Amino acid sequence: MAGKKEEANIKAYSQNFTTMTPGPFAKKMRTCVLFQIIRFIIINLKMLVVVSKSH
Amino acid sequence: MARLVVLGGGVSGHTAATFAAKWLGSAHEVVVVTPNAKWNWIPSNIWVGVGQMSKEEVTFDLAPVYAKAGITYKQAKALSLNPEGNETSDKPFVTVEFTETGKAGTTENIEYDYIINATGPKLNFGATPGLGEGSNLGEFTVSVCTADHAVHAAEELEKCIQTMKKGERQKFLIGTGHGMCTCQGAAFEYIFNIEHELNKAGVRDMADIKWISNESFLGDFGVGGLHMKTMGYAVSSKIFAESLFTERGVDWIIGAHVNKVEKGKAHYELLDGSYGEEEFDFSMLIPPFAGVGLKAYAKDGSDITATVFAPNGFMKVDANYAAGAYENWKATDWPKTYQNPTYSNMFACGIAFAPPHPISKPMSSPNGTPINPTPPRTGMPSGIIGKAVAHSICDKILKGENAPLHEASMAHMGAACVASAGKGLFNGTAAAMTIYPVVPDFDKYPGTGRDTDYTFGEIGLAGHWIKHILHHLFIWKAKLKAGWTLIPE
Ligand SMILES: Cc1cc2nc3c(=O)[nH]c(=O)nc-3n(C[C@H](O)[C@H](O)[C@H](O)COP(=O)(O)OP(=O)(O)OC[C@H]3O[C@@H](n4cnc5c(N)ncnc54)[C@H](O)[C@@H]3O)c2cc1C
Repeated sequence: MAGKKEEANIKAYSQNFTTMTPGPFAKKMRTCVLFQIIRFIIINLKMLVVVSKSH
Repeated sequence: MARLVVLGGGVSGHTAATFAAKWLGSAHEVVVVTPNAKWNWIPSNIWVGVGQMSKEEVTFDLAPVYAKAGITYKQAKALSLNPEGNETSDKPFVTVEFTETGKAGTTENIEYDYIINATGPKLNFGATPGLGEGSNLGEFTVSVCTADHAVHAAEELEKCIQTMKKGERQKFLIGTGHGMCTCQGAAFEYIFNIEHELNKAGVRDMADIKWISNESFLGDFGVGGLHMKTMGYAVSSKIFAESLFTERGVDWIIGAHVNKVEKGKAHYELLDGSYGEEEFDFSMLIPPFAGVGLKAYAKDGSDITATVFAPNGFMKVDANYAAGAYENWKATDWPKTYQNPTYSNMFACGIAFAPPHPISKPMSSPNGTPINPTPPRTGMPSGIIGKAVAHSICDKILKGENAPLHEASMAHMGAACVASAGKGLFNGTAAAMTIYPVVPDFDKYPGTGRDTDYTFGEIGLAGHWIKHILHHLFIWKAKLKAGWTLIPE
């Protein structure tokens, strides 16, 4: 099978055919600890801004 | 000495009562009336519902916390309000019925100077035949709305896992159990936790997992969807959600009003007017929410419930309830002070206040059945509103009746939502989302209605760690442990 594993769930002519799907790099980054530590800091800072704007 | 009575010791009421007790000190009295002996960090019920946490980890006893805070605690449920007193006294009071063992069923009238209604939702399972009776869950589906429900859900899930291990396929149906539900986010989180657990148990290939909801598009979440900043684009939550569902092999039915549940089968009507049914071996369907059914009486005993409460049972506050069609909706329709327009010493916060209208576009099927999400009042807004209301009341008590009220409009407030999948620190992931503001303001943010610098979403371990931290932080805060006031709502 020549197709890519991560695209296998998209079904022709079905309601999910129009969506986007992550490739292996995007998936890898989700669990890459170093990258996620950076994201953790950024998301926390953004959330703190949202919290402070909300009070 | 003034007395503030807080009805409901959940996310909103607990926040209001604990801050009020701190600000008022011992010169005034704060009373909490709530029927449960334990406080529950509801968002973590999701993990209880897949057997990854125990009930004990998401609950704690309220009595010692309230004793420490100097709060008078009545384990009881409120039945009715007399905001003008009665024929023998002008003093407003609330009638409560005790639920604690030994006193159960006895009633008391508690007089108040100020009252906060933070009674949250009635889980209205009875609105859908077969989903349950009144606020009691039925026998065909499970729920994660309370810690006990979640324990039961985990047991049923384990049975399905064992069945699949024996080689029998199982169908999972998760979503909303009525056309007028809110809280899609909780069902969304639960479906991906189930998917994660089935993978972990090695039986994912034996499971057909399906989403069913009243959203007109996937990713509506009761807020009419949102646009998130990703890779330089403002991407609709529809794309984000559809992508996640596709990636995890989860099918979906949307625009659905579940109108009947039987053993192993849910019947539904769709926005296009057609009807369908879906079989399941395991189903978690969120019930619609209503107010808890408090009554209100005038001084002469006449029923003024319709003056104080909206028809859905939630308390009327300073919202614009006459906005009409969705084309006329404005961010300014949303309440700011949560003060009841008739009785100025009465406030509502959290799920208990009556929203002016939905946030999602109202829709109905050609048969006239309304099918659209009702607006969510999630944890963060519930906490912030509770604190603002407590602040207003404390100012009135301490600075005088004319002290200005504090404002906390959901049109100027964000919400952070972390939908995790799995619990392990390195094998779980989460979709972390923030939305600012919760209620879109199309005048201030033309186009998406929201500030896309602060409305974002992404999937990864980072969000998952945040979810873990939030669990511990909020329980720490609710227990009033050292530094609790520094932890934001
Ligand atoms: C499974 C699940 C997961 C969720 N996950 C998240 C999440 O990840 N993030 C998020 O922000 N939000 C989440 N939410 C929503 C969040 O839990 C609610 O927004 C929040 O609990 C609302 O707070 P509240 O105080 O209005 O209501 P509640 O927390 O429900 O509190 C209401 C309280 O009033 C009491 N009460 C009821 N009737 C009476 C009466 N007659 N008299 C006195 N007291 C009464 C109840 O016992 C309860 O203690 C989730 C909800 C669910 C169900």
